[in-house]
Amino acid sequence: MTTPHLLVHDPKDNVGVVVVEGLEARTEMLCVVTHDNSDFRLVARQAVPIGHKVALRDLKAGDTVIKYGQDIGRIVADVGQGEHVHVHNLKTKRW
Amino acid sequence: MSTGKKIWAYRRENGRVGVRNYVAILPVDDISNAACVAVANHIQGTIALPHAYGRLQFGEDLDLHFRTMIGTGANPNVAACIVIGIEPHWTQKIVDGIAATGKPVAGFWIEGNGDIATIAAASRKAKEFVHQASGQVRVECDLEELWIAAKCGESDTTTGLASCPTVGNMYDKLIPAGLYGCFGETSELTGAEHLAAARAATPEVREKFMTTWQAYQDDVIEAHKTSDLSESQPTKGNIAGGLTTIEEKALGNLEKIGKKVSFIDVLEPAEAPARGPGLYFMDTSSAAAECCTLQAAAGYVLHIFPTGQGNVIGNPIMPVIKVTGNPRTVRLMSEHVDVDVSGIVRREMTIDQAGDALIDMIVRTANGRYTAAEALGHQEFVMTKLYRSA
Repeated sequence: MTTPHLLVHDPKDNVGVVVVEGLEARTEMLCVVTHDNSDFRLVARQAVPIGHKVALRDLKAGDTVIKYGQDIGRIVADVGQGEHVHVHNLKTKRW
Repeated sequence: MSTGKKIWAYRRENGRVGVRNYVAILPVDDISNAACVAVANHIQGTIALPHAYGRLQFGEDLDLHFRTMIGTGANPNVAACIVIGIEPHWTQKIVDGIAATGKPVAGFWIEGNGDIATIAAASRKAKEFVHQASGQVRVECDLEELWIAAKCGESDTTTGLASCPTVGNMYDKLIPAGLYGCFGETSELTGAEHLAAARAATPEVREKFMTTWQAYQDDVIEAHKTSDLSESQPTKGNIAGGLTTIEEKALGNLEKIGKKVSFIDVLEPAEAPARGPGLYFMDTSSAAAECCTLQAAAGYVLHIFPTGQGNVIGNPIMPVIKVTGNPRTVRLMSEHVDVDVSGIVRREMTIDQAGDALIDMIVRTANGRYTAAEALGHQEFVMTKLYRSA
């Protein structure tokens, strides 16, 4: 199997994790869902560092981000599909 | 149920299995560190365990101090122990606690003697212990007789994808065969506490877990926070590695307890497990050195440490095996990595294969192979302090 650019834990997730170094904007990423080994393609809209998250679909402020099939926080600034999701647009609901 | 895998290890007087053979020089209190270090400098084959506390502690905090001291000396990786304190009473209490294991232990105190006479007497005894310890030979033991703790650090998103599931796979394979396991990091389960609670073996254990988790929220986090904990939980390193929220970090963290086993009890910090083989949750800080020190004091003889960005932690008496699934960390910090599972994120290695690679490294480490942290001299020994002293 070709090396994936992005891994997604669970089919319900709306973000995935970049697992290659030096991912550039406009890369057509091979994305693999680890839960069932299914795959799909998604274009990265920004350069995203290894380990960082990419939105799998458009996310609006107030939306819940799902990873591992679980709630990991809320969107605080709109994010487009294929864009970087991190501390600038995602915040914990806990503290 | 046994895996049939064997290790070469040290059988202690109480039947426990150790994988290292230290003669520990243990200070009761901060002001006895200098004497302990002097003995360790003089007598080869000994190790001093200096720390910052032991004076004017009281209540639950003092109980934890004694539990940590006694547990450290009693750990099966310690063949024999010298205890040095400023005065005889607390020194003797720790000596008596360690002596219950049956191992050689002797106490010395400084008041009325001075450092130099104390160091001379302790050195003479330490030399005797070194001859006893170095004369011991490893014997064949079952792999599942080990007590193996886990804690992750400098985590990133690869921790939840690769290194923590690797540890979980190892626990799924070895705990049913009779291994004692342990996870902790109370604050760092926040966001996954419902999933952790669901893995409790009984309703009683579940309630004990939720009470412990809630108490940490109320008494530690809520009582002392001055902000939303940004940069503390997750840490700057976590954030650099792509983790954004405590919930995300917690879900990755919890991957290391595997898919199958339930935890059978909730332990106080440094409390020895007492319900037989199985997985235990211990109420600990998520700071690496504090957590590892508590787990070693509870009797765990090996530690598995999944890391993303490259935590370099070690422990003076418990070998710490580093596992990473981050290809960048493997590229930049390979001297700290014992088990490279970055093949998981490239889809070249399955979690099952990674678990087997970790078990192979556990056997080699138990047999005597130095971990990266041991070779690099990492000996972080950090006591957990519950509140200010009197």
